[in-house]
Amino acid sequence: MSVAAPAPAPALEVVDLRIELVDGDREDIVDDVSFLVAAGEVLGLVGESGSGKTTVGLAVLGHTRRGARVGRGEVRIEGRDILALPALERQQLRGKLVSYVPQDPASALNPAMRIGGQLDEALSQHGFGSSGADRRVRIVETLGEVLLPSDDAFLRRYPHQLSGGQQQRVALAMAFANRPRVIVLDEPTTGLDVTTQAHVLETVRDLCAAHGVAAVYVSHDLAVVATLATRVAVMYGGRLAEVGPTGSLFRAAAHPYTRRLVEAIPELSGRHALVGIPGTAPRPGHRPRGCFFSPRCTYVRDDCLETPPPTARISPDHESRCLRHAEVMADSAVARRVAVPLPEVVADDTLLAVRSLTASYGQRQVLFDIDLLVRPRECLALVGESGSGKTTLARCVGGLHVDYTGEVAFRGQPLAPGARAREADTRRQIQYVFQSPYTSLNPRKTVGQIIAQPLRLFFSVRGTEMWRRVREALERVQLSGTVLDRYPHQLSGGERQRVAIARALVAEPQLLICDEVTSALDVSVQAAIVDVLAELQRELHIGLLFVTHNLALIRTLAQEVAVMSEGRIVERGPIDTVLDSPQAEYTTRLLADTPSLEAALAASGSGGGAPTVR
Amino acid sequence: MSDLAAAETAEVGRAEKRTRPWRVLMLTAWAQHRTKIGLGITLLLVGIALIGPFLAPYPPDQGVEGQLPFAQPSSDAWFGTDAIGRDVLSRFLWGGISVLILAGLSTAIGVSLGVAVGLIAARARGKLDDVLMRTMDVLLSFPQIVFALILAATVGPNLWLLVGAVALTTMPRAARVARGAAVEIVQRDFVRAAEAIGLPRRQILFGEVLPNIASPLIVETTLRLTFNVAVVAGLSFLGFGLQPPAADWGLMINENRNGLTLQPWPVLLPVIAIALLTIGTSLVGDGINRAMIGIERGSRGSE
Amino acid sequence: MFAASLIIFGATQALPGDAARSILGRAAQPESLAALRHQLGLDKPVWQQYWEWISGVFSGDLGSSLANGLAVTDVLGERLLYSSFLMLIAAAISIPFGIVLGAVSARKRDSAFDQTAGVATLGLAALPEFVVGITLAVLFSTTVFHILPSVVVTEEGVGPWHYPKEFVLPVLTLVIAVVPYTSRIMRASTVEILESDFVEMARLKGLSERRVLWRHAVPNALAPTFQVTALNLAYLAGGIVVVETVFNYPGIGSLLVESVRARDMPTVQAIALLITGLYVVLNLLADLATILVSPRLRTSLE
Repeated sequence: MSVAAPAPAPALEVVDLRIELVDGDREDIVDDVSFLVAAGEVLGLVGESGSGKTTVGLAVLGHTRRGARVGRGEVRIEGRDILALPALERQQLRGKLVSYVPQDPASALNPAMRIGGQLDEALSQHGFGSSGADRRVRIVETLGEVLLPSDDAFLRRYPHQLSGGQQQRVALAMAFANRPRVIVLDEPTTGLDVTTQAHVLETVRDLCAAHGVAAVYVSHDLAVVATLATRVAVMYGGRLAEVGPTGSLFRAAAHPYTRRLVEAIPELSGRHALVGIPGTAPRPGHRPRGCFFSPRCTYVRDDCLETPPPTARISPDHESRCLRHAEVMADSAVARRVAVPLPEVVADDTLLAVRSLTASYGQRQVLFDIDLLVRPRECLALVGESGSGKTTLARCVGGLHVDYTGEVAFRGQPLAPGARAREADTRRQIQYVFQSPYTSLNPRKTVGQIIAQPLRLFFSVRGTEMWRRVREALERVQLSGTVLDRYPHQLSGGERQRVAIARALVAEPQLLICDEVTSALDVSVQAAIVDVLAELQRELHIGLLFVTHNLALIRTLAQEVAVMSEGRIVERGPIDTVLDSPQAEYTTRLLADTPSLEAALAASGSGGGAPTVR
Repeated sequence: MSDLAAAETAEVGRAEKRTRPWRVLMLTAWAQHRTKIGLGITLLLVGIALIGPFLAPYPPDQGVEGQLPFAQPSSDAWFGTDAIGRDVLSRFLWGGISVLILAGLSTAIGVSLGVAVGLIAARARGKLDDVLMRTMDVLLSFPQIVFALILAATVGPNLWLLVGAVALTTMPRAARVARGAAVEIVQRDFVRAAEAIGLPRRQILFGEVLPNIASPLIVETTLRLTFNVAVVAGLSFLGFGLQPPAADWGLMINENRNGLTLQPWPVLLPVIAIALLTIGTSLVGDGINRAMIGIERGSRGSE
Repeated sequence: MFAASLIIFGATQALPGDAARSILGRAAQPESLAALRHQLGLDKPVWQQYWEWISGVFSGDLGSSLANGLAVTDVLGERLLYSSFLMLIAAAISIPFGIVLGAVSARKRDSAFDQTAGVATLGLAALPEFVVGITLAVLFSTTVFHILPSVVVTEEGVGPWHYPKEFVLPVLTLVIAVVPYTSRIMRASTVEILESDFVEMARLKGLSERRVLWRHAVPNALAPTFQVTALNLAYLAGGIVVVETVFNYPGIGSLLVESVRARDMPTVQAIALLITGLYVVLNLLADLATILVSPRLRTSLE
């Protein structure tokens, strides 16, 4: 495996980088960022939204977004500081010496240009080879490395004629074509299904090793990073919190944030409790004076509040920005909080029964003969990748999709398709929480108005009684009453999702349908929401239909699980059975392909990144 | 309360002041120079049009004592006389109301109808949507002036016809904008949520959808108003609005065109007035538009 | 289009006060009214009149003008020539101007150039055409300078190219009326493309600015350009009505106004049909061009 200590003249060295806004008070987006990456090594740049990781990734190419500029610092590639170069030379280096793989390949490829042309352009712009034939050879070679065909027919295609996975590989090919020294990958597997993701990660690792390329892998997904990276740099609030080898960093974190982050990651084994981090990350211009993490930190002391802590060297390649890093390390190495076992479900009757459900979108059939059962007070997890039909199923149950045949029965009574056709009381008893908290709340209404609406509709309560119930719902989702007068855009993603849950709760439902309610949220917030839901289920004894693509997330929440693929249920059963000893081939493959922090750490021993995922 | 909520409240408390979306939009729009200037100009002209008649020294259709047509400015007639010897200043002061009322009324009717059509189409999708929008398209295939002229050809100049014609051609344009904005909103989850709990249709359209398309609608309304002022004035100029001897800015321009070399004022005053009015409304509309875009960009960045 | 023709016909027929009466005047005798009506074919059932009109259109016979008894096609012919000339010259100037102005403003967005251009276009776009026309007439014909004629006087049968000086003001008016409008739209579309992800990606690939602009940005800006051009022309078609009247220019716009005043139905119908037809055809061309330019739509047709 690759060496942890830097070789002479590391492939990439970032020194004291500061990127600030152009107008206003020149507030910093990131500051004081320094790290090294050796040739052939993969550094994972990890952080949640607002941490500045993408900004740093772009800066490695000497590029800043509109409205931002470099305030200070150097980016040295093989010893040369590219920030000090004139713009023209920097532009010539991009794509040749250092290249970039974007997050969303569909929007990053020119829709009006064939992919053969775009690949050729990447080469010809940097003076590769002396003829089209030379370039063609290299193109064929690179496409082969990313496991794509290289025949004429393929090269003549336009980007929209490729699948998401293929588009991403084209982007990879473009980035590797000129054999750069450094490559920056910005969450390149977002939006890809798990299996494709596994392939892409493997490709990246192989390519880097084969060509000795130093890679910076920007991501918010720690599990993915753990399987791929040799070293990890954790960012928070525009600063580096901790940098170190993957194994040591995750097993015994030396910074409170890293520790909390690890504790928030869902695990397939479900042995440990999921713990979220209260509060939100500070935005540029709103950052506290001392250590940025202090408002949310449990280790906080007085001297943390005055000045930002200096960088402490724990070992030659492991540093942390915390005054109490020794204690944190010691605490992290000890076992985590054990998960609270889920309540047993003892019930004879059925809350929700789905029989022979077949659903379509116009001509296209998406669900085939589905049978499903949810008992009272039970949480059933509906798991599958995108396109499996799980959301459609949830919508049919919730009355949001009407194009289906078959039966959906609630408490023994068959329901009409479509919420409007159902009785008011039934509508009240089945509530739906949507995936995106950014679009599920009316931007023109206050939180109070949003939550009060179902009350007005279902219970015709007004005045004091109504507001009492609203506050009660807010308490259950652990929000204070001060949000009542606020508008959704003034709240964070996690807070908005809680409001959405409160709105559902206020109707006193028997069944709560949660449709990928954590997918749009950061890891730490995700854990908090799952926590809220688990507690709600325990206290209120409601049935829960939890739809997600994240297998690991359900361990601490669901008693039963149904795995879906391409419109059918391929496996179903108690959660322990399905996850620990899966029967269906699809389930086995899904479990194997899902990146897991525990698996990565276990397989790698005490050194750097893990070997193959499978 | 758990530490979770306490920490979050502290954070939320430090967040921005409570501001209703309306106020934010208006304040941001106001903050720009162009809005202030535009609003000032518009109000000035509206003022002239409304109060003018009370300030005019002469009634609009009476000749000035002892003055010839196209006489130069004098102490009796500050801006001289027009083609048949009437006081230019008085006619000018009397001439604004018609433009305002005609343009304002037709815009109001047109936009209201258009928004209603657009909303219904957006929510209905499918067949009804198609039928409605095709009808709008047919109406759109006429330039506004041509449409009004066609109608005028049948009955001759008739003010109600004018208003109707302009309103009818405003309607599809407003409907397009309304539908475009509404379609995007209707697909959002919070509207689905409202449908899921079974909120009555009318309440959804007016309570959920409409407030969220208000911004682009306001901008479109100012745009329509600007255009309609031009159309109405143009029609008057062509002779299809108010008929002589009434005082009307567009009419004045046409009546006194021939005497431009002798006496420019009877043409210049209304020309400047109309120009300023359209520029004013246009500036206000643009100010609101920029405010709207700026706000949208800001809220997206905080995700 | 069909529906449009229906509306035109319906509008001219449906409302009270028919053509015969307006020609002969209020005091006409019932017998002469009936005779005229018969001559004009107004006593046939409505749908038959419509049918005859439409078939007339397709065979080139648009009826006779009620004003002077000539065949409508004759009357239209020469005027059409004048109007087309006007429109073509105005289009030739305003289309490139609008596109370039919009694109350059987008490229230099937020610069002093862009700000001034932005305010200027905003103001000019708001002005009604006749205001612009009269102002220009005032400036160049009467008060300030005396170089250009403000009223066009021509002889019949002579082509428009014999009167270059007469063209300047009407063309200028049209150009000033249209360019601000279309350049604003062009600017908005171009900005959207310049700030798109794939353009940023092209920069990150290390392509030169010039290449980024020409190979990546421009091809994707073609679709909005076509739409802008079509819009431009359509707007011109509507504008000639007023502009021709202001300058007494003998084109179909002023003919329309005269015909409306005289209640000359056939002529009105014919011109309205023509202008509307132009509008529709232009929009269709714009849509077609958009499809051709967008690979996504093109391949879905294959």
